[in-house]
Amino acid sequence: MPMTITEKILAAAAGKDSVKPGELINARVDLVLGNDITAPVAIKEFQKIGVDRVWDKDRVALVPDHFTPNKDIKSAEQAKMVREFAHQQELSNYFEVGRMGIEHCLLPEQGLVGPADVIIGADSHTCTYGALGAFATGVGSTDLAAAMALGETWFKVPESIKFVFHGQLGKWVGGKDLILYTIGQIGVDGALYKAMEFSGETIRQLSMDGRFTMCNMAIEAGGKNGIIEPDEITRQYVEGRTKRPYTFYTSDPDAEYTQVYHFDTSKIEPQVAFPHLPENARPVSQAGQVEIDQAVIGSCTNGRIEDLRLAAEILKGNKVNQRVRLIVIPGTQEIYRQAMREGLFEIFLDAGAVVSTPTCGPCLGGHMGILAKGERCIATTNRNFVGRMGHPESEVYLANPAVAAASAVTGRISHPEEVL
Amino acid sequence: MKLQGKAWKFGNDVDTDIIIAARYLNSSDPAELARHCMEDGDPEFASKVQPGDMILAAKNFGCGSSREHAPIAIKAAGVSCVVAKSFARIFYRNAFNIGLPILECPEAIDEVQEGDTLAVDAATGTIQNLTTGKEYQAVPIPDFMRQIIDAGGLISYVKERVNKNV
Ligand code: SF4
Repeated sequence: MPMTITEKILAAAAGKDSVKPGELINARVDLVLGNDITAPVAIKEFQKIGVDRVWDKDRVALVPDHFTPNKDIKSAEQAKMVREFAHQQELSNYFEVGRMGIEHCLLPEQGLVGPADVIIGADSHTCTYGALGAFATGVGSTDLAAAMALGETWFKVPESIKFVFHGQLGKWVGGKDLILYTIGQIGVDGALYKAMEFSGETIRQLSMDGRFTMCNMAIEAGGKNGIIEPDEITRQYVEGRTKRPYTFYTSDPDAEYTQVYHFDTSKIEPQVAFPHLPENARPVSQAGQVEIDQAVIGSCTNGRIEDLRLAAEILKGNKVNQRVRLIVIPGTQEIYRQAMREGLFEIFLDAGAVVSTPTCGPCLGGHMGILAKGERCIATTNRNFVGRMGHPESEVYLANPAVAAASAVTGRISHPEEVL
Repeated sequence: MKLQGKAWKFGNDVDTDIIIAARYLNSSDPAELARHCMEDGDPEFASKVQPGDMILAAKNFGCGSSREHAPIAIKAAGVSCVVAKSFARIFYRNAFNIGLPILECPEAIDEVQEGDTLAVDAATGTIQNLTTGKEYQAVPIPDFMRQIIDAGGLISYVKERVNKNV
């Protein structure tokens, strides 16, 4: 039976020759993930199950990244609970402040997730790892607790939608623009419960960082997972990095999709998603006059080294507008170190930006850049819901790092070419 | 399970930040979360809602984050069930796992008015509008979800499995 890459990975994990959409399966998981918000709830549930140990101490990753370094006493208590559980269970993949990073930047970088893996995480952006040709999806804390005990979980095999991207990308257009454009086309529930498979010549040329950005936002269209068939670019990324053996699955040519979309990427401009839904994407040329108070460059969507390089390219020799705060947040300690080595921090500091230690921080309205009533922010993050970055009457506009950096310079939403 | 209460209506794409804003996620105490339930959508909701009341929403309810704090906040606020045209995937799974009854019934959403009194049988999926006398049938709950409910939530279900293995 012809299968998609998603179906092949799930079939293998369920110990079956084939699976079809709608089928309920029990699948082994290769790694499970929790953070400082979701793990405390999971730990409490885990303790109710009545087993002493997690199923495999090397396959439970706990990353305190949302409110860390601890933003207040309550967050400190939550982080402490996660830390104590990790030590008591002797988890090898607990990442303390100083060694941590934003979970979805960190796990691929550390080689903890790889092609053909099945990964569940108590965080909705777990779908990021699909960029490596893995099946990865977000779940809640109770699902995490059950998987920590069993090493397996249940899934309904999703139907797949195929997105084929043709054509050359414009200079300032990247993975972020492709995914915002896609969500703009299909809506925030356009892929509800479904696998979003990204393919075509444009994707084949897209860097790993760009692919992570795209799969990261599959959830913003309601998708169960985002996925990209692994290729030479994937191989270069995982070789010598990914700790477990891996397989490259591809979709059969006659596999079934509920829908197939074709997009000509040469016509796609940098995109900006207006408040309060990611589906409100428009070309930056049609943004109009939107003055901003803050710009944030970071998050699990766009906090990787390529993103920081892009921002630096725009900021070099420029100054952040007097009325604007620019906050740059490298995704992990490694990315931080790399950016420092490349001299990017010098450029950011000269421009008048602040550089923060890796954290989710403002992305979810946690800390390190909360918005006041009526303030507007352009951000490279993934959600612009009401109150997402602070006051319920503040606004978040989503864009790529070049657009965010250019906007920080002009003080209003701008195309990168305006400042070069 | 027979439930009864007043309907509170919400629109499309009610996201998890509306259900419980991230600024309150430094706690996982249900009572604390309940105090801020739906705050950024309707700041008064938590103080107005009465035990047994129901949330009725349009499509894609619970989109966004995986925070289980969302269904926990709703349940702890006294809401007896959520009826929507459709649910976001992670919210759907979480609601079953923690024992918050949820039903899909587009027809009821179109017709029920805010403040109507509803009687819901979560097991059969029948929804009666006691104010108008109309009856609706929700999409049946998948068998597997039913097993989880019957076991008393996912944790009890896993507990049974773990005990059988050893
Ligand atoms: S960076 Fe933002 S979206 Fe990503 S895991 Fe952190 S809070 Fe979630």
